Amino acid sequence: MEYNVMITGVGGQGSVLASRIVANAAMFAGYEVRTSDTIGMAQRGGSVISHVRFGDCIASPLIANGNVDILLGFELAEAVRGLKMLKPDGMAVVNEQVIVPPSVYAGISEYHEAEIKDFLEATVPHLHLFNAVQIARQAGHWKSTNIVLIGALSQIEDFPLNSDQLLESIIQTVPAKMKELNERAFRMGIRHMEELKNGHK
Amino acid sequence: MQKQLLMGNEAIARGAVEAGVEVVTAYPGTPSSEIFSTLAKFAKQYNYQAEWSSNEKVALEVAAGAAYTGARCMVTMKQVGLNVAADPLMTLAYIGVKGGMVLAVADDPGPHSSQNEQDTRAFAKFAKLPVFDPSSPQEAKDMTKYAFGLSEELELPVFIRPTTRICHGCADVTLETIPDPDKRPKHTFEKDPKWAIMPKLSYEKHKWLSLQQEKMREIFNGLSFNRIESGNEIGIVASGLSYQYVKDALNALEIPATVLKIGTPYPLPDRPVKEFFNKVNKVLIIEEQDPVVEEQMIQLAFAQGFRISISGKLDGIVPREGEFNVDKVMKMIQRFLGTAEGEETSISLPPLPVRQPALCAGCPHRASFFAFKEAAKGLDAVFTGDIGCYTLGVTAPLQALDTCLCMGAGITMAAGLNKVEPKRSQVAFIGDSTFFHTGIPGLINCVYNKANITIVVLDNDTTAMTGYQPHPGLNVNAVGEQTIGISIPAIVKACGVEFLEIVDPNDFEKAKKVACAAMAYDGLAVVIMKAPCIKIKREKKMFSVKADLCTNCQICIKKLGCPSLFVSNGKVQVDETCTGCGLCTYVCPQNAIQEVVQDGI
Ligand code: SF4
Ligand code: SF4
Repeated sequence: MEYNVMITGVGGQGSVLASRIVANAAMFAGYEVRTSDTIGMAQRGGSVISHVRFGDCIASPLIANGNVDILLGFELAEAVRGLKMLKPDGMAVVNEQVIVPPSVYAGISEYHEAEIKDFLEATVPHLHLFNAVQIARQAGHWKSTNIVLIGALSQIEDFPLNSDQLLESIIQTVPAKMKELNERAFRMGIRHMEELKNGHK
Repeated sequence: MQKQLLMGNEAIARGAVEAGVEVVTAYPGTPSSEIFSTLAKFAKQYNYQAEWSSNEKVALEVAAGAAYTGARCMVTMKQVGLNVAADPLMTLAYIGVKGGMVLAVADDPGPHSSQNEQDTRAFAKFAKLPVFDPSSPQEAKDMTKYAFGLSEELELPVFIRPTTRICHGCADVTLETIPDPDKRPKHTFEKDPKWAIMPKLSYEKHKWLSLQQEKMREIFNGLSFNRIESGNEIGIVASGLSYQYVKDALNALEIPATVLKIGTPYPLPDRPVKEFFNKVNKVLIIEEQDPVVEEQMIQLAFAQGFRISISGKLDGIVPREGEFNVDKVMKMIQRFLGTAEGEETSISLPPLPVRQPALCAGCPHRASFFAFKEAAKGLDAVFTGDIGCYTLGVTAPLQALDTCLCMGAGITMAAGLNKVEPKRSQVAFIGDSTFFHTGIPGLINCVYNKANITIVVLDNDTTAMTGYQPHPGLNVNAVGEQTIGISIPAIVKACGVEFLEIVDPNDFEKAKKVACAAMAYDGLAVVIMKAPCIKIKREKKMFSVKADLCTNCQICIKKLGCPSLFVSNGKVQVDETCTGCGLCTYVCPQNAIQEVVQDGI
């Protein structure tokens, strides 16, 4: 068994913590774990990528092209940046939030929101695109967006880690005073996915 | 056995604690910083000394002093920091140490957060010191722990050289016991002529150091960090992390090659290499950065009369630049074997925005740069930069910095520019931690040699870029004790600077006036822009755009590039990341950006 999660986002959105939470939960579940995070300059609003790999025997900390089972996208354009790595039948859980970088306002590049969204929807057959930052705000703070997304991740069919393992990992990883907020955000992420499922029925 | 999820840097720290480290010194630098931060956190619990030193040279010398007594020491830094520490290092290799001394120097192939891609393994070879190249966080811990004993056996400092993907990657790591600090032997410095280098002693010690090379090689011959994994007659050699990429690549390509894993790239163990040469009929060497293993293997093959073809960087199959991954390594192997290279995955993405790192919302550096940009209007001034968060002043739309070279070079290069163009304005920007690191000699040089420039010290009470470490300007040290912080203005004055102004950049109009005065001053002017990094201290304030006043000119966004400002449905807005610095209110010609009255964030 080998399972690969890729997390893409913008520096400062909490993707490093998310990667650690998933990795820790995988270790509880008895798997070998390897991760790689973007820490350093890119944390100041640059593109960041985390690789989380777990399974029976894991070598490289980086996922090979086309081997990502689940893409966890923290931002619309950054999610699309990670698509090259996704398996043809891979899944994606994506926060539809748009963060326009200063380069766009400086006239150096462009952000074609509609085109990017259409591409994402057309390319990923198993896509869960939703406004996670909105849910995080309802939970108490936009900074818990990462935890909302992990809640949603736990509800993905065949995802090898269950919500108890993930919640336990969250509680161990986040600062004590943020526990309540994050637990709420996690449950709201789960509830959002359940509502989606029921809605589809 | 207990397992814990550890980042490579944490694993190295754990290895040092398991080895009973007694003194740890460091200067922060990505990707190495968390080795020391972790060690600082546990210093009280396991009773060892830990200090953020003012620079890497200082860190190495402090540790060397401690090691002369017999105490076990660790020094951590990033690859370019080793250049700063090179002076003590090159001679310490001759003198040697008594207590185990491990230098953890992190390399940054890519590079992700560095000025260059220099290879610490090559530096170790230059210094004639042994180096470990870990392939995983587990191995990083095991090697670190082992390195202390090795250092004592050889009486030499020993390197461990992790790369970014080891430093900043997590893995399940097996923990071992930590020795009881109370059972440590007492150490004392014993007087002996061997501790004072003189030309005659230097010659003798150089001979000794040369002999130690063979002793190291012999020890490395017997270590399982170096090993052969037998397969067919195709031979692949991998040093450090490349070993993991090679494993995944061979697996994906279904090639049962024989793999020689190298964990000690210098000195190269000769026994496993010879055994490997006898098993295979051609060799590909995969290592990031310089051909350190490759050159030694070619030498060995030639000297020992092995007739075997060796590929790698020297014949262009393996690049010297950038970092590797499984896909790149697969291509290298295919090129080597002359088989077709795999097709690129075919999906082509729509155009995506360029997303470079930028100063945080509300970063006081933005205000400092903007004040000087306004002051320099029409002056064609040159702004020299340095290393820190403020290096991000290079990016659009601020584009405030014209140069960046290395730690401390902002001040000194401005002085050089001033020598050739004395009529032009030169403004040098330097952070507080960098000022203490290597800025002070530059300042002294400016005064003494009459540089007519402006120096701006961006004092934000922390070493922000590398993770908010304290520095000598603060009243608190690495382990949280109260200490005497050194006053930057007092240093500036003591150096004889006549123009000195201290101003809060968030008080923008005043900051701009000070900037104008400093640039107009005939002689060396120093301005200290004093405001804490927004990530360590902020007020509970927020601003918003009054839609009825905003004419959507977007001047605020275009001039400042604050990430909290954005346009939605054709209207400029402020999002919840705003920290209330108020800088945008100074640039808005309509007065449309105003403080929000709220009940706390
Ligand atoms: S006050 Fe203006 S410049 Fe300052 S953080 Fe808020 S939006 Fe950015
Ligand atoms: S971390 Fe501090 S110094 Fe660095 S960009 Fe952000 S606010 Fe500025």
